[in-house]
Amino acid sequence: MAKETDMMTNEFVLNPPMVNLFNKQVMNNINTIEKQNPIIIPMHENSPIKLISKDLNVYYGDNHVLKNVNLSIKSNTITAFIGPSGCGKSTFLRMFNRMNDFIDIFRKEGQITIDGIDIYDKNIGTEELRKHVGMVFQKPNPFPKTIYENVVYGLRIQGIKKKSILDEAVERSLKQSALWDEVKNDLKKSALALSGGQQQRLCIARTLAVEPTVLLMDEPTSALDPIASAKIEDLMAELKKQYTIIVVTHNMQQASRVSDYTAFFYMGDLVEYSDTKTMFTNPANVRTQNYITGRFG
Amino acid sequence: MNNTHINPTINDSFLKRNRIGKINRVKDKLFQAVGIIATFFGLVILAYFVIDIFIDGIARINWSFLTSLPSRFADKAGILPAWTGTVWILGMTAIISIPLGVSAGIYFEEYADRNRLNNLLEVNIANLAGVPSIIYGLLGLEVFGRLFNLGGSLMAGAFTLALLILPIIIVATREAVKAVPNTLREASYGLGATKWQTISRQVLPASSGGILTGTILALSRAVGETAPLIVIGALAYVPFVPQSPMDEFTVLPMQIFNWTSRPQADFLVNAAAAIIVLLVITFLMNGIAIYFRNKWQKKLI
Repeated sequence: MAKETDMMTNEFVLNPPMVNLFNKQVMNNINTIEKQNPIIIPMHENSPIKLISKDLNVYYGDNHVLKNVNLSIKSNTITAFIGPSGCGKSTFLRMFNRMNDFIDIFRKEGQITIDGIDIYDKNIGTEELRKHVGMVFQKPNPFPKTIYENVVYGLRIQGIKKKSILDEAVERSLKQSALWDEVKNDLKKSALALSGGQQQRLCIARTLAVEPTVLLMDEPTSALDPIASAKIEDLMAELKKQYTIIVVTHNMQQASRVSDYTAFFYMGDLVEYSDTKTMFTNPANVRTQNYITGRFG
Repeated sequence: MNNTHINPTINDSFLKRNRIGKINRVKDKLFQAVGIIATFFGLVILAYFVIDIFIDGIARINWSFLTSLPSRFADKAGILPAWTGTVWILGMTAIISIPLGVSAGIYFEEYADRNRLNNLLEVNIANLAGVPSIIYGLLGLEVFGRLFNLGGSLMAGAFTLALLILPIIIVATREAVKAVPNTLREASYGLGATKWQTISRQVLPASSGGILTGTILALSRAVGETAPLIVIGALAYVPFVPQSPMDEFTVLPMQIFNWTSRPQADFLVNAAAAIIVLLVITFLMNGIAIYFRNKWQKKLI
């Protein structure tokens, strides 16, 4: 058994011993800081804080998926969640629009607030929350309907029937998602006839149509080719002006390109959270460094 | 041995692999043959039956056969009460069983928690699909015929048959709903839809094809059922066309059963003709349903 644990640690610590020692020191410092549970607030920029996760623990049955996560996210920024598969980043993302509520064995401790409001309060309607916190999924998932009907779905379920409002929303959202010029003459065509990249931008448009303030993106480009991905990334930079964006990604280049802040998760722990430039040039934690340089994960 | 440059051991192993490969290819062909035989076994027998019936009965089908009441003279006897009864029963059974079955199926897939009660219900519904139809007849006789005082009416028959096919519709609905990709539900919930909005606007349209197919199969079974209707007291001799759900009735299978048990050969010809009519009704129903299924599916894409 002892041999096995040795091997495990060796796998992750491939640095020379000196660096190793230094990193250990930093890690210890971080651990002591974390024990006092401060909410990690990114420095720089002076935009107001939009989202706060406080002492958040998430369990799937007996499985402890997120361990004491404390962090805050500023308005009008893009925050990237990175980390190896199964580290809890997607689970954390889904905490912000309560998509985990559908999992029977899901249980949480701690608090998540958006604009100071506890979103897990029993007076909060999940449907209303999800209109405020839009989500874009890993695989483009347009409804098997026309492009127009896809965009107005979120409005229709709110009971909005007036054609002028719906038309206006379609044009606005499709323009925002940089799809308008490509589809403006084909609004009555099936959304499934679009290419993968177009479908994903349609899904973004559909989300924007209900006027959220936060956009959650769960690996939005993992099913797309590089050109379509680049378009989505450009779009994100543009949308940042109006929305607070969180993006989960496995693509380190993408994280470093698009995000202002990056959070690195490992086995349910928030290991490191800082502005993206620092994270990618001078990570404080050895595990972060190993992950972003591709030594593991 | 000219091929001295070939390593003999590699050569050996290649030949050995080739031998195994040959055996696998033979197995492949063998299974293909088994598959073809299996496919044609049912079809050939069915074709033989249908052709035989057509030869016997097609000449007997004419307007007066469809519009006459039964008679003790074979050449005067018709199937008017029988086929109208079948259409009545079919319609009423559909009206009763489809809303109940589809709702129950959706409940199990979308709402029910995984607990002991629901597991028990699930197992029992699956088992109900295997209960012999005569048992349903006895149940119908007691509950609908006597308790609800419906007697041998169309209402009692339709409720009994609805009960009989309910498990099939529930299972078909569940399978169809299960096949709807979860990404569709997530997209809908993500935009702030409630459960019912998601079900009615996404899940049901996407699963309607599968639900419809299962429902057609179930109704086709109901059309052919005789035993439970005999038990609840459907009559073999009905000299009138049913006018309301409370009327007494007969159905085509009962008429066929009645005629085939008579000694005169002419009545057997009548039975063959009635079978053709029953088959036409069934195929027609399937055709209409397939038409609608394709139409809806085209609208979805």
